[in-house]
Amino acid sequence: MSDAKSYEPGQHPSLPPPKNLVGWQRWVWDNLFGTVSNTVLTLLSVYLLYLIIPGMLDYFVLDAVISANSRAECAELGKGACWAFIGDRFQVFIYGFYPAELRWRPNLAFVLLFVALAPVLYDNIPFRKYGLMFSLAFPIIAGVLMVGGVFGLEPVDTRLFGGVLLTIVIGVTGITFSLPLGILLALGRYSNLPAIKIVCTVFIEFIRGVPLITLLFVASTMLSYFLPPGTSFDLLLRVLIMVTLFASAYMAEVIRGGLQSLPKGQFEAADAMGLKYWQTMRLIVLPQALKISIPGIVNTFIGLYKDTTLVIVIGMLDVLGVAKSAVSDPVWNGLSVEIYVFVAGFFFICCFGMSRYSMYLEKKLHTGHKR
Amino acid sequence: MKLKSILVAGAALAMTATVANAATLEDVKASGELNCIVTTGLVGFAYTDANGRWNGFDVDFCRATAAAVLGDGEKVKFVPTTGKTRFTALSSGEGDILYRNTTVTMSRDADLKLTFLGVNYYDGQGFMVSKALGVTSAKQLNGASVCIQTGTTTELNLADYFRAQGMSYEPVPIETNEEARTNYLSGRCDVYTTDASGLAASRATFESPKDHILLPEIISKEPLGPAVRQGDDAWADATRWVLNALIEAEEFGITSANADEMAANPPNPTVARILGVEGNYGEMVGLDNQWALRAIKAVGNYGEIFDRNIGPNTEIGLERGLNALWTNGGILYAPPIR
Amino acid sequence: MSVASDTDSTPQRGGIMRLWYDSEARQVIIQIFTIAVLFALVFYLVRNAVINLDAIGKSLGFDFLFQPANYDINQSFLEYDSRSSNLKAAIVGLLNTFLVAGLGIFIATIVGFVMGVLRLSKNFLMNRLVYCYVEAMRNVPVLLWILLVHGFIVVNMPGPRQALGLGESFFFSNRGINMPSPLPEPLFWATAITFILGVIGAIVFKRYAKKIQDETGKILPVLYVSFGLIVVLPVIVYFITGAPLNWETPAMQGFNFQGGYVVKPELIALTLALALYTSAFIAETVRSGILAVNYGQTEAAGALGLRNNRTLQLVVIPQAMRVIVPPLTSQYLNLTKNSSLAIAIGYMDITATLGGITLNQTGREMECMILVMAIYLCISLAVSSFMNWYNNRIKLIER
Repeated sequence: MSDAKSYEPGQHPSLPPPKNLVGWQRWVWDNLFGTVSNTVLTLLSVYLLYLIIPGMLDYFVLDAVISANSRAECAELGKGACWAFIGDRFQVFIYGFYPAELRWRPNLAFVLLFVALAPVLYDNIPFRKYGLMFSLAFPIIAGVLMVGGVFGLEPVDTRLFGGVLLTIVIGVTGITFSLPLGILLALGRYSNLPAIKIVCTVFIEFIRGVPLITLLFVASTMLSYFLPPGTSFDLLLRVLIMVTLFASAYMAEVIRGGLQSLPKGQFEAADAMGLKYWQTMRLIVLPQALKISIPGIVNTFIGLYKDTTLVIVIGMLDVLGVAKSAVSDPVWNGLSVEIYVFVAGFFFICCFGMSRYSMYLEKKLHTGHKR
Repeated sequence: MKLKSILVAGAALAMTATVANAATLEDVKASGELNCIVTTGLVGFAYTDANGRWNGFDVDFCRATAAAVLGDGEKVKFVPTTGKTRFTALSSGEGDILYRNTTVTMSRDADLKLTFLGVNYYDGQGFMVSKALGVTSAKQLNGASVCIQTGTTTELNLADYFRAQGMSYEPVPIETNEEARTNYLSGRCDVYTTDASGLAASRATFESPKDHILLPEIISKEPLGPAVRQGDDAWADATRWVLNALIEAEEFGITSANADEMAANPPNPTVARILGVEGNYGEMVGLDNQWALRAIKAVGNYGEIFDRNIGPNTEIGLERGLNALWTNGGILYAPPIR
Repeated sequence: MSVASDTDSTPQRGGIMRLWYDSEARQVIIQIFTIAVLFALVFYLVRNAVINLDAIGKSLGFDFLFQPANYDINQSFLEYDSRSSNLKAAIVGLLNTFLVAGLGIFIATIVGFVMGVLRLSKNFLMNRLVYCYVEAMRNVPVLLWILLVHGFIVVNMPGPRQALGLGESFFFSNRGINMPSPLPEPLFWATAITFILGVIGAIVFKRYAKKIQDETGKILPVLYVSFGLIVVLPVIVYFITGAPLNWETPAMQGFNFQGGYVVKPELIALTLALALYTSAFIAETVRSGILAVNYGQTEAAGALGLRNNRTLQLVVIPQAMRVIVPPLTSQYLNLTKNSSLAIAIGYMDITATLGGITLNQTGREMECMILVMAIYLCISLAVSSFMNWYNNRIKLIER
């Protein structure tokens, strides 16, 4: 190599950089094998992947059975997961026991949900103002559509709600109503008026101090004692109220964090401008506080959505409840992992989607002056 | 004004007025629907078939009651409950009548404020084990893991029985019959205990029922019967006599097939009274005189209900045993309608 | 209304309007109004409850707590049988809650911290793996994890007769894990006392070492000395006294393993699911806590010549802890509250005993639910006040 040519000092053409400092080699060096500990971690990860991936792939995909009529038939066809079952029960998973001939109504409500969500989620949509009005009216429209009883719609008993349908009903209702309630509670706790502050604080701390299932038990067993004699609520409605109250307490704490992180100058400036309390809150404080709390708010939404599964302890069959009752179907006896994995996949998609959206929103609203 | 009307409409939608402690009979008639509390699923007694239709022994009694009260056996709304939620469902007014293989006990009658209407199935608590274990008597169960449904009398009987026998066991508390089956079949517990009828019903759904045996010991009396809320005598009377009429009907040979014929041409005064040809017994309990006729036509007499759902020719294959009529060596004995 | 809109000068307004425009008076009015409404509401609810309970002839009372419970509990740290009182059943349940919460918090903290640190690792593969773990764990409901783990153990593990054995002493089956229990002989107390003395000695030595370090800057080998005191010394004493400890190994007898300790599948499922679920949240907390420490701090430590592990130990972690502790508290609380999901798989915690079987067998919904909620409230308040105390202790003291 060196015998070929000689150069004047300073005339040597640039050599290419060493191989391990460019391209994929550099990346591998930096990210996988740079140091001893890094190499150890890499080997450990590869070993873990080796342990997990082939087994999972075999069980859930390669050896899986997708059509059979019973557990026994599944076992004959292959050693892996028995997905046939999901297909067998798919309708129940989605609609619960909602009457088959009326299922266009939840379907329509589901489509409308996206119509209602679009103007809330994205702000460059045409006719956004009218869209937002529709979004506000959506809970009522959806409720009427699903329950019926007016406008010639055949009434449907809420006991027949189940599966994904029930999960979405509880989740969406809770999310919709807990945010405004949470904002009010947070303002109450942050208020200067001692009585209001104490009331809100006690409420928030009480709700946060007890598990949701005790509240659901109260909704299902005790609440009717506290109503005027002779009245009783629909169970689903009772559950919706409890779930909303529960989420609103957590929401209030998240928003309070946002309120507290605002510099005092903002309040003082608003006072100096002569703004009244509600004007200050609406125009100055909340827009900033809510922006700061977005990750927390979405986390609360995700938590609420996951908590909808707890309704099975009071005998409502949401998507997990349907799965659980399906596990004990004698024809398919002994299946549990597959069914739970299926439901886990459903929740993962919903919740992961929500958390991605929150990151997108955070980036979009990150208008330069990070705290 | 607009907002107010929306609110009022919303409230009307949300609140369904059910008077929890007064005139259930009027309420049921007014709403045109009977809310019947049943189990979440026990094959033979109350379960949904592939089309979502409720079937079973208890379900048929619900339908008979609806037929007698409302004139149509299909006007029933079923309220599925676990062993734990059934009484609250009744006392909160969610259901009007409880037909959920519920044991009649003194404390439930007095302390839980129920009124039992009678007994529709005489049962006792038994044990089921896998044949492979080689167990032949409950006295050999020392140290076993036992699946029990929580919130039932079986839980208490079990504790008493093992204590009396001086044996130890591991209780595995479970909410529903279906879960109990999963746990039992997977070997989480060695023994499944509940009412003997329930065991037979569960066993019928196993892949190979022959691999499991019921042990001979019956450790308790479990008279299963319907219940309503205490303090509503009119409703209790009406529903009680529907049950009695179905038993009477079997005794006097009235079936769903021959009921119309017998009503047209009653062979004896008793049948005439049951079918409303003679006297006005239906009106006495706030119904009309064709009440029993309709109930029998809807689901048949006690014997028909039994045979169709849990009798020897069904998968469950229960013998009449104690539940035979008193005239056939059983203890089923309904007070006379007169 | 017309008065207020027509005229603008305050003196013409009526007395009440004047009060309303006085901001202090208005605040008082609003508060009085709030409290009045609240009291009216509470009064209304209580009145309804009294009327309703009266109508069905039920009365409130806690006598049932002292009557026999009549049911058995499969896991109990106290002497308990079906003749014990409902109160005792509740206490057994409460201890079971503590057990599962304590174990869960312990495991979740360790796994969470490890995962949080690994999540920051520069190693691409490990980083992605941990990311997948965290996202998978926290985007799926905890109840589902509990049922999944429980279902897996009960359905997929072999029965007790086919139990997987680890030697002759550990057995894994769908009835749980059977392990040997220690049977100490009289002389074992010597080892126990040495151990306790060792722990005390280690604490004293650590204080002493800190004092020396503060005064002279000399660093004493705290870790090695503590290890010697706590582990090596008791082991030596143990063997000197002739290994006075026997083990009772579980053996298959009749239906189940007899002897030794057994960890029930319900406890395993609940602890594992709660711990792993919570660990994902803790991992994220730890990650953001460490990221919150300004990188300049690490560089400054490097400039002072501190080695990497010393930097972590003395500079990064103490500062990160301040950010980590408050959210960590709420994770611990969440885990404790989530342990009430035990009821879904039949683990006998406080919700399943007092709020479950006792409620159901006695029909005292009101009393039982009030007690259960009060107990959880107390636990929550206790944990959060402890963590507040800890948080204050490690708070930045500005000098």
